Amino acid sequence: MGEVIATREAYGRALCEFGADENIMVFDADLTICTMSCYFAQKYPERFFNAGIAECNMAGMAAGAASCGKTAFIHTFAMFAAGRIYDQVRNSIAYPGLNVKVVGTHAGLSVGEDGATHQCIEDLSLMRTIPGMTVICPCDANETREVVKAMIDYDGPCYLRLGRSGVENITDSIPGYKFELGKGAQLKDGDDVTIIATGLMVQEALKAADLLAAEGIKARVIDLHTIKPIDKDIIIKAAKETGAIVTTEEHNVIGGLGAAVAEVVTESCPVPVVKHGVEDVFGHSGTAEALMVKYGLTPEKIVEKAKQAIALKK
Amino acid sequence: MEEKRVQELAAKAVKVRRTALEAIEAAHSGHVGGSFSVADILTVLYWEKMNINPEQPKDPDRDRFVLSKGHCTPTMYATLALRGFFPVEDLKTFRNVDSYLSGHVEMTKVPGVDMSAGSLGQGLSAAIGMALCGKVDKKDYRVYAALGDGEIQEGQIWEAAMAAGNYGLDNLTVFVDNNNLQIDGTIEEVMSPYPIEDKFKAFKWNVLTIDGHDYAQIADAIDKAKETKGAPTVIVAKTVKGKGVSFMENNVKFHGSTPTPEQFEQAFKELDAQAASLEV
Repeated sequence: MGEVIATREAYGRALCEFGADENIMVFDADLTICTMSCYFAQKYPERFFNAGIAECNMAGMAAGAASCGKTAFIHTFAMFAAGRIYDQVRNSIAYPGLNVKVVGTHAGLSVGEDGATHQCIEDLSLMRTIPGMTVICPCDANETREVVKAMIDYDGPCYLRLGRSGVENITDSIPGYKFELGKGAQLKDGDDVTIIATGLMVQEALKAADLLAAEGIKARVIDLHTIKPIDKDIIIKAAKETGAIVTTEEHNVIGGLGAAVAEVVTESCPVPVVKHGVEDVFGHSGTAEALMVKYGLTPEKIVEKAKQAIALKK
Repeated sequence: MEEKRVQELAAKAVKVRRTALEAIEAAHSGHVGGSFSVADILTVLYWEKMNINPEQPKDPDRDRFVLSKGHCTPTMYATLALRGFFPVEDLKTFRNVDSYLSGHVEMTKVPGVDMSAGSLGQGLSAAIGMALCGKVDKKDYRVYAALGDGEIQEGQIWEAAMAAGNYGLDNLTVFVDNNNLQIDGTIEEVMSPYPIEDKFKAFKWNVLTIDGHDYAQIADAIDKAKETKGAPTVIVAKTVKGKGVSFMENNVKFHGSTPTPEQFEQAFKELDAQAASLEV
C-alpha cells in the first residue's frame, strides 16, 4: 500500500520544491495552512502575498502580475476559486490568456464535516467551459508533483483541482506510468469495459476493476488527470476496443468528466457511456469516508455502473 | 504648467474627443459620455506624464495604465492611436466584426493596452498586481488606473483599496472619474458611494480632489502622487459626463446610446469650433 497523503499537501511541497524560479509569484486568501501554499510562503516570503479573505482581488492581482510576465499562482477552496470568482477567472485571467494558475483545494464531498457550502461539485464543469482554460485533477501525490512541474512549464491559464483528504499514492508504483499534461494514463488494461476516472476516484476505479476481475470481467482503467484539453485518442481507442465506458468523478454527473468523455464518444465513436458521480445533489456534513458511502462514490457502485454499461452494448 | 502647454494639451484633448466620436460614428455604437469625461485625464497621462514609447509597447520598464472602466474604449483607442501606437485610420473599424478594436479594452489585441477590462470592478486589482511586481522586481515604473464613479459600487474595488493601502503601494496612482452619472441615473440616486475621499482615506490612501478637466490640476496631482511615499494615491477627479459637447454634457442618455446623424454633425461642429479657437 502506498503512502496516504492529500493532493493539497503534495501540491504545497511541490510548489515549494520548484519555487526557486524567480518568476513565480504566489497569492493566497487566508488559507495558506489549508491550501498548503504556506511552504512556499515560508521559504520565499518576498514573492508571496496574502490577499486576506478577498478572493476577487486576489485573482485580479495575479492577473496584473502575470501581465508583467510573472507565473502567478492563486489559492483558495475550489468553491471560491471556481464559484465565487468565476467572473474574475474568466474575464481578468482567461480572456487575456494570462499565465495564472488557479488552484482550488478542498474540492468535492471529501471536504467532509464543513458540509455542502464548502463541497464544490461544479468546478470542473465551470472551469472547462471557459475557452482556453486547462483543467487538471490529479489522483495522488506523485501525479500532483508532476502536475506542478508541468504547469510551471506551460504558459497559460490553468485550473487545478485538489482534495483535502488523504489518498493513497499509487501512480509511482504502476509500471509504465508516465505523466504528460493533456494525455490520459492507462493504469490497467482490459477489453470488456473501460473505467475512466479522475482525482481520488482513480483509486476507487482500480478497486472496482479488481472486483470486476473476480467476476471475470476485464476492465480497463484510465486516469484522466487532464479534463481539458481532453485526450480524445485514449477515449476513442477505449470506446473502440472495449465498447462500453464508465466515468467516475467526485463531482456532479452534470458537466464534469463524464460529460467531457461523452462529448468525445458521441461525436467520434458512439458506445454506451454511463456516468458515475454525485447525482446532481448538494453534499452534507460528515466524515469524508461516510460521505463517500452516502453518495455512492464507492468501488461497488462503479461495478454496478460498469455492468450497466456492458448491458447496453449492442 | 505654462499657459502654452495648457493650450497644447487642450487642443490635443479636443482631437482625442473628435477622433473618439468619429470611431463611434463609424461603429454606430460606443460609450461617448464616460469617454468624454475621462478624456482630459488620458490626454495629460499619455502626452505629459507617462513614461511610454509607442515603438516599444511591451517595454518591461514602461509605466502602465489600466482603464478599469473598460467600456470607454473610444477615448482610450483614440488616445493610443493619436499617440502613435497604431494607425488612426484603423479606428474606422471600431467594433467591427473583423477589427482588432472591439468594444472593451483588450491587451492581447491592441498595442498600448496594458490590461483587458470590461467586467466592472476588476481593473484596480490588476493595477495592484502590476504595482506589486514593480516592488518585487525593484523597478521604477508607475502604474495608473482610471475607475468610474459608478464602478466603485463594486465590492472588489474595496477589496483592492484595502490591499493597496495595506501594501503601501506608492507606485500606484488611481483616478476616479467622478462624473456623477451612471446608466440608471445619478450615482446618489442609484447607490451613493459618497463621500468617496473618506472611504479611500480610511483605507490608508493619499487622497486628492481636483477638477478633472483642468490640465494643470491633473498634472500637479500626478506629481504630488509621485512625491508621496508609503501610500497609494487616489485622485478624485470631478468631471462632466459628455464633456465638450453641449447637449451631451450631464445627459445620461449619452452613456452608451448612439447619437443621431444630426447630433453627430452638431457635436463635430462644436468640437471643431473648440479646435479652431485653440489654434490661435
